Amino acid sequence: MSYSEPKTLFEKIWSRHEILTRDDGASLLSIDRHLCHEGSFHAFDKLKMENRTVRCPELTVAIADHYVSTSFPEKGNEVEALRVPIEKLEINSKDAGIRLYGVGSKEQGIVHVVGPEQGLTIPGITLVCGDSHTATHGAFGCLAFGIGASEVAHVLATQTLWQTKPKTMRININGSLSDGVVAKDIILHLISVIGANGATGYMIEYAGSAIRDLSMEGRMTICNMSIEAGGRAGMVEPDQKTFDYLRGRKHAPKLKDWDLAIKDWTTLATEPGAKFDKEVSVDAGKIAPSLTWGNSPEETLPVTGYIPSPEDEADVNKRETLQGTLEYMGLAPGQKLTDIAIDRVFIGSCTNSRIEDLRSAARIAQGKKALIPAIIVPGSTLIKEQAEAEGLDKLFKDAGFEWRSTGCSMCVGMNGDITPPGERCASTSNRNFKGRQGPGSRTHLMSPAMAAAAAITGRVTDARDFS
Amino acid sequence: MEAFRKLAATAATIQIANIDTDQIIPARFLKTPRSTDHGQFLFHDMRRSKNGKLSEEFILNQREFKSSGILVADNNFGCGSSRESAVYALHDAGIKCVIAPSFGDIFYTNSLKNGLLPIKLDRSIVQAIWKALASANSSEVEVDLENQTIHLPNGSTYDFEIDPFRKQCLLEGLDDIDLTLKYQESIEQHELSEETNYPWTRSID
Repeated sequence: MSYSEPKTLFEKIWSRHEILTRDDGASLLSIDRHLCHEGSFHAFDKLKMENRTVRCPELTVAIADHYVSTSFPEKGNEVEALRVPIEKLEINSKDAGIRLYGVGSKEQGIVHVVGPEQGLTIPGITLVCGDSHTATHGAFGCLAFGIGASEVAHVLATQTLWQTKPKTMRININGSLSDGVVAKDIILHLISVIGANGATGYMIEYAGSAIRDLSMEGRMTICNMSIEAGGRAGMVEPDQKTFDYLRGRKHAPKLKDWDLAIKDWTTLATEPGAKFDKEVSVDAGKIAPSLTWGNSPEETLPVTGYIPSPEDEADVNKRETLQGTLEYMGLAPGQKLTDIAIDRVFIGSCTNSRIEDLRSAARIAQGKKALIPAIIVPGSTLIKEQAEAEGLDKLFKDAGFEWRSTGCSMCVGMNGDITPPGERCASTSNRNFKGRQGPGSRTHLMSPAMAAAAAITGRVTDARDFS
Repeated sequence: MEAFRKLAATAATIQIANIDTDQIIPARFLKTPRSTDHGQFLFHDMRRSKNGKLSEEFILNQREFKSSGILVADNNFGCGSSRESAVYALHDAGIKCVIAPSFGDIFYTNSLKNGLLPIKLDRSIVQAIWKALASANSSEVEVDLENQTIHLPNGSTYDFEIDPFRKQCLLEGLDDIDLTLKYQESIEQHELSEETNYPWTRSID
């Protein structure tokens, strides 16, 4: 590619981080930010075993989120076996000289909420974390992707990663959203259109008027679920909203650096005429409030829809899989989605636990009473405090919701917050896999407003009916 | 890392799309250290009935397939969470090669770091392999990484593609941290230029 050819946001970030490219196509990339959580113990164990040290401890931040109790956070976790990974994170980060936002710290929260909130996530950088939802950070116009334990160890030891340049896909969401349709509906709808592996091998850039119109919170929700379409990274070009969000954040660049950074960040956007390997367009106006009905995020339908029938599936493997899904989910072909009874509600996770999400759930819950158990788990300690300052905790409690402390909680159930076997959960998280929220649990993914509405009625509900 | 050159082993098929890493190893086992055998957790909930007993319907519970070394799966195998424990579980259970039409990207990378060979083939070829295995008297499949070929018991052979860098790492059992450290000088030079051009990216105040 000649220097004059228009470049994408991704290409600009990639090329400035490329240390070298081998003849076989592998590139060594420099990594600017590394976030780690309790699961990093595998990587630290590997380093110890191989007698290696952490190369740039100052560029890694450790945050406790997966195992932290949302009921007794001050203890880390009341169950000893679940406390051990938190303690390992504390020991490993202390030994390596890594900054820790652990239990009891006012900066603690879900790693993908804390990064942006603390200004660790900024445009133009490479950011990695041993968690597949790391794409969240791409909402700020950086290259952020999830990695496994071996790659975490590689980043700790070298502050670099071997990568093969992915293909690029631009997803244009043009037009305006209808009333009552939010970022979660966009991404669920999109995954249902391109499929759970529709973006495998691609780096996604989300563009178009509907994306530009979203808040930073909304953009994070979209980028967060890139991996649910198979995309390891998703990004949005940085704009004034991005800069306004970051200004004054604890770790955002300051003073002279801030001015230089802004100057640089305004040059990052994809240039007109830049080429993508694939382009997908979706009309924002055609997206309805949506939810998942099966065990893959691609199994999404508008709330006004009906459960599909295996008889309509021509491929025998797909037919059998669908039968298995319906059996697992306890659903019947042709069933109306709004007739599905819900047993409990989870509002939280790195997808939907930010202040905007809590406010949107609160608007539904205000003055009503939940019929079923419902928990609200803010994305960070700071969001919890902000929500309390706005009186949202009281509003939720008056409506019969439980107000918890921050953490990954029932998105993945590792801290003990689970949906019991056979129970059906309306959840604002990102995965409806079998057993994801606990063995035998049944998950329906939806927006915070829809989840709150389900808590009030005890069934799948179109949140627009509440306005 | 364990090297991978050639493998001749029993192949089991799992003809279900989107087998996510939560299916491969449920989250409650992720706190287990690597030194513990992860094979016991492989498909833990998937291979059991509601009463908690191993289900005969699940292929890896059947006598003929208990010691399978190869899995032939469907689209998007290993999608979802980045948990490398999913690869530990397959590896420790003796599965060193997974053939599928597509994989979760992170799972794919994690496999290569643990001496497990993920092979991508067109779905029509994967379907042909399912079919060949169902009709053959034997389930023995041979995978040759050097020559990038798969040999089925019915005599048919398929070629597969793999990134040359990853192939070399697997063939040699190369630890990529050691490899990277050979480029120490380039890394330092690059760090210096980033610190000069974009100083706010290389420190966290």
